Amino acid sequence: MKKQNRLRTSYTSMMARVAALLMTWEVILFLIFVVVIIVNSYLSPYFLDLFNILDTTFNFMEKAIVALPMILVIICGDIDISVAGIIALSSLLMGMVSAAGAPTGVVVLVGLGTGLSAGALNGFLITRVGIPAIAVTIGSMSLFRGISYAVLGDQAYTKYPESFAFFGQGYIGNTIIPFELVLFIVLAIVFGLLLHRTTFGRKVYAIGNNPISARFSGVRVNRIRWGVFSLTGTMSGLAAILLTSRIGSTRPNIASGWELEIITTVVLGGVAISGGKGNILGVIIGIFLIGFLKFGMGLINVPGKVMNIVIGFLLIFAIMLPGYIRALRDRSLLKRQREKPGKTSPRLAG
Amino acid sequence: MRELLRRREFSLLILILLLMLAVSLRAPNFPQPANLYDIADDTAILIMVAIGQMMVIITGGIDLSVASGIALTGMSVGMLNQYFPGIPLFVIILISLAIGFVLGSFNGILVSIAGIPPIITTLGTMSIYRGFVFVLSKGEWVSAHEMTETFRELPRGSMFGVTNLLLAALLVVLISAIFLRLSRTGREIYGVGGNKIAAQYVGISLKKINYLAFTLSGVIVGLSGLFWVSRYASAQNETAFGFELQTIAACVIGGVSIMGGTGTVLGVVLGAMFLGIVNNALTVINLSPFYQMAIQGFVILVAIVANTLVDRRNQLAMLRKREL
Repeated sequence: MKKQNRLRTSYTSMMARVAALLMTWEVILFLIFVVVIIVNSYLSPYFLDLFNILDTTFNFMEKAIVALPMILVIICGDIDISVAGIIALSSLLMGMVSAAGAPTGVVVLVGLGTGLSAGALNGFLITRVGIPAIAVTIGSMSLFRGISYAVLGDQAYTKYPESFAFFGQGYIGNTIIPFELVLFIVLAIVFGLLLHRTTFGRKVYAIGNNPISARFSGVRVNRIRWGVFSLTGTMSGLAAILLTSRIGSTRPNIASGWELEIITTVVLGGVAISGGKGNILGVIIGIFLIGFLKFGMGLINVPGKVMNIVIGFLLIFAIMLPGYIRALRDRSLLKRQREKPGKTSPRLAG
Repeated sequence: MRELLRRREFSLLILILLLMLAVSLRAPNFPQPANLYDIADDTAILIMVAIGQMMVIITGGIDLSVASGIALTGMSVGMLNQYFPGIPLFVIILISLAIGFVLGSFNGILVSIAGIPPIITTLGTMSIYRGFVFVLSKGEWVSAHEMTETFRELPRGSMFGVTNLLLAALLVVLISAIFLRLSRTGREIYGVGGNKIAAQYVGISLKKINYLAFTLSGVIVGLSGLFWVSRYASAQNETAFGFELQTIAACVIGGVSIMGGTGTVLGVVLGAMFLGIVNNALTVINLSPFYQMAIQGFVILVAIVANTLVDRRNQLAMLRKREL
């Protein structure tokens, strides 16, 4: 009797584990992603076309590249609203040096260097002066983009070295695979390893869960946060290189509003805004989900503003969904428990 | 007196006076009463919305949807005025408040009942509300000649020598100051932001307070949307774009802790005035308007760094005074 009982419990616990696996964020997101693809290809015959699909990635790879370090920032429990401002500032300085005749290599270095310095400035104010990240980056967002407005006004830089165009417009060899996409995949693997396979990554999670206990465990909390903000700045600089190269010009309103789109993507990808939770896979699915959703809606002539409504609702529903499923399951478990008083459900007992 | 000197609002006031002095040296007509009045009038909407924002921030939340809410309310009442010019002004005012109430309630319900974090909720509704402006207007503008005279005169008209817009802002300031300082519910807002768990133990309903803060912010947004559109005599899709960050900046400069629990109406009014004065000063000393954003950002950073350093010194002083 006893043995049979134990067997039954292990069976239910296994079912619970399978259910839990099916309910993970990535699986839910992936199902939504599949639905989006099915609906899109049903609505437009142009959707399921390899060339089109590869080509549309140009529209969101720069955002995706900034989303990667943003995962680390948000897991740390911080936020960086200045990323689009950094893109504007990097693009400005790149425009300046190429107007002065600098070669591609220098332009790229200036782009990355500007991003790094801007991110390091954020990190300094956040960790050394001790101001909450949201307050610092709201200020620095205006400062960075404001500098771009102050210098350019209603003008634009449009002169870039010829070889500079490769970064945002180039393809790998003679294929139809965009360079930006490949770069993103490489970076996603690097960030995935960094977050999930190094002590640095584990420390980032520890900081997000409890910065004080992390500090007491010997994690150099502020140094790591500073590093994460500098990294975010550098990646924003990289995004600035790709974007400037793709559109071939620098205006002060470049990438305007991107900060909130990027944060939306990361949160949709299952990274908890309170920090300490999330993984790279969810965000990657989230990036392609939003990108393909927009592409599909674009094919059937949905205006951009209406797309934003859809994405806004998607964000809210996606965040609500797991909570509701959990509540439903708890209720059904509770009901079953009440019907058979002798049996304890593994979930509720734990 | 010592207590007064240590207040954050006081140091901010000194900063404002120094700023005004500096600008006056460059532009002698800056401190004229007429110009100062203009600054107040220009800043009135920011003051109102920043106070609503403050209530949300005090509970530990944030409202990123205020600018989109202004645009949506503004477009709704603008089009209402365009297509039904016969509707009297006070009905339009009531409608704007009602729209704001609905928008704020939607945020409030998502946060308090559905339990979605405020930053995510309002990030979503920011896009949603802005999208609905487009759905409503189909991308068209409502421009000055399509509005009735009475509609356009709403913010400019005056009572007791003060413009209606400024009167509305004063009303919002007074009511919210009394509400936050003296009413029980007002104190509960601080309680929730200061310590959620303790607040629940003393019987404060988190759901009620969260819902209330977003709804109040929404109502103020509704009123501001009406004033925005009638004052600038145009309703567009891009109305108030990016304004949400200015309201947060006014709060942060005014000493509202972004973590919740602290902040005063006076501080926010001063914070908003500070931003207003910077903007006005740029025009007065003939600096290109393109410099505005950079200087604003710089000023925000300086103000919060100064605030943090002053706070830290005060805390150190308090620690030193304690007997060990």
